[in-house]
Amino acid sequence: MTTVADTLLELRGIGKRFGGLAALSEVSLHIRSGEIYGLIGPNGAGKTTLFNIITGLYQLDEGTFQFAGSSYARCKPHVLAHAGIARTFQNIRLFANMTALENVMVGRHVRTHAGIWGALACNRATRDEERAIEKRAHELLHFVGIQRHSNTLAKNLSYGEQRRLEIARALATEPKLLALDEPAAGMNATETESLKELMKKIRDSGVTVLLIEHDVKLIMGLCDRVAVLDYGKKIAEGVPEEVRSNPAVIAAYLGGEVTEAPRPQAGEGLG
Amino acid sequence: MKLHRPANRHLLVALVLLVLPFIIDSLFGHGWVRIADFALLYIMLALGLNIVVGYAGLLDLGYIAFFAVGAYTYALLGSPQFGLHWPVWVVLPLGALLACIFGVLLGAPTLRLRGDYLAIVTLGFGEIIRIFMNNLNAPVNITNGPQGISMIDPLHVGDFSIGQRHELFGLDISSLHLHYYLFLGFTLLVVLVSRRLENSRIGRAWMAIREDEVAASAMGINTRNVKLLAFAMGATFGGISGGLFAGFQGFVSPESFSLMESIMVLCMVVLGGMGNIGGVVLGGVLLVILPEAFRHGAGPLQQALFGAVVVDPESLRMLLFGLALILVMLWRPAGLWPSAQRRRELAPDETVAQQEQETVYDHSR
Ligand SMILES: Nc1ncnc2c1ncn2[C@@H]1O[C@H](COP(=O)(O)OP(=O)(O)OP(=O)(O)O)[C@@H](O)[C@H]1O
Ligand SMILES: [Mg+2]
Repeated sequence: MTTVADTLLELRGIGKRFGGLAALSEVSLHIRSGEIYGLIGPNGAGKTTLFNIITGLYQLDEGTFQFAGSSYARCKPHVLAHAGIARTFQNIRLFANMTALENVMVGRHVRTHAGIWGALACNRATRDEERAIEKRAHELLHFVGIQRHSNTLAKNLSYGEQRRLEIARALATEPKLLALDEPAAGMNATETESLKELMKKIRDSGVTVLLIEHDVKLIMGLCDRVAVLDYGKKIAEGVPEEVRSNPAVIAAYLGGEVTEAPRPQAGEGLG
Repeated sequence: MKLHRPANRHLLVALVLLVLPFIIDSLFGHGWVRIADFALLYIMLALGLNIVVGYAGLLDLGYIAFFAVGAYTYALLGSPQFGLHWPVWVVLPLGALLACIFGVLLGAPTLRLRGDYLAIVTLGFGEIIRIFMNNLNAPVNITNGPQGISMIDPLHVGDFSIGQRHELFGLDISSLHLHYYLFLGFTLLVVLVSRRLENSRIGRAWMAIREDEVAASAMGINTRNVKLLAFAMGATFGGISGGLFAGFQGFVSPESFSLMESIMVLCMVVLGGMGNIGGVVLGGVLLVILPEAFRHGAGPLQQALFGAVVVDPESLRMLLFGLALILVMLWRPAGLWPSAQRRRELAPDETVAQQEQETVYDHSR
């Protein structure tokens, strides 16, 4: 059992440029095992870019990136998934024409072994593994509360259910760190409330959660610590109460009280 | 006998497949048994391409190259060309292995390409192989150039060659029938392998890549390896089929491996039903049999109707083939017998909005 104070993810001086645009500069953060860590900031602040870096979809230009004690700068996405970082996407990216169950079963790929020979021989070990994959997938669908849709195609699920399915699929990779990119976007109040319960359940099961969210109320009630990005820079970090009253943060949010920020627009870049 | 019992149904299918060449022989004549043999070779090819195109979603227009590699391997190692007469059980697997290696060689540089770009590069690769076969007769004569290689050893095990008729179980069985049984055996093997792959961890990874490559990689799938595996498996099937083709024909030349052949095999996969083994088999059968039927039937039919051959049967064949393609794509865009998954994919989107409505009013959670 790890203690709460263990550092799981440590970023130092992360920089990422797109042509002339510094999407991230000098960003450092450390996330401890077992916490729910919030990442907030106005549109275009660089939150999703940070996710793409820690999941290997983008390569960082500067800085160091340590996860669970090893360095992972410039690794392929599947290496990071294997290391224990799983994510969801801001613009849902499910395997649209596979069923909910199949989607989660794909998530088990990284923790299972059957290769081409296993598939061809269809031996005992392979069959046992297949059965275990399916069983685990059912459990996870149950865990996120969409077990009755296990045979529905991902694209035919409602928006909220798709978000939950993405979480189940990510959990199937047995992550140490689960990175959720605006999981509550587009949800109504009731759905958001039950999502909050789900995230607590995930944390209690021993998975550290990194959460991007625009819904400040959700962040405040849920996160142990929060960091604020603005124009690619970290402008504040701390417990939610502290951050909420930080003048720089208030200024970043159009000089007003930290409340609901504008909804993000879907359909940009990766994520 | 209850037909809905799977075991009984399998038995019935097996029985039909066993007596099929005799039925074809007596109903349509000996020539059609040869066509059935070719149909089996094409089914193997189509099933191989189905792995690449149907499962992994990688559009490959140069697939016939692997068929060529298998065929030329057999031809060079079992003919007077070099005076080599290696045993079939060495040559066939070797051809499959070489095709597999070529599959990886082709796959490696195209890993970052998708869709149209991938199609164009693979098309080029297919042509390169054909042009090599065409020109490797000087300065050193390897492939005998456009003349091709002839007098290839028939398929045989030891002294038992299926290039000639045999007396078996009191029956006089012709060479074409023997080839039918051999090819049927290989085809069933390829079907079995396809099915196992489809329902495996690797098969799911292929489909995940087809659906969303970024999400697949974020879920821990090594997209490079998994794609190469698809290319390698598909190419292996092509190589086996090619070796059998060389032994069956007794003659290979670069002409047999033109772009048109690649497109034909792709049509079998797409028309039959991408990603569905049954559909691909159906596509293979139809696209071999229908053109032949036209070739044999169109002339006499015109004689009977108009008293003369008005349109050259050969051009009519291509015309009707094109028309059939268009009709199928219009009415059944997912193929004649699509996989459950592809059917959903290409069906008009079941109104998601409506679904959303339903869930809004569904408070059972
Ligand atoms: N692949 C890319 N190419 C060019 N620019 C990019 C790319 N990805 C992100 N950007 C830019 O980097 C900046 C940060 O984008 P990012 O998506 O990380 O913001 P965000 O904080 O997630 O915003 P939102 O709340 O809208 O999701 C934006 O200006 C965006 O346009
Ligand atoms: Mg974002």
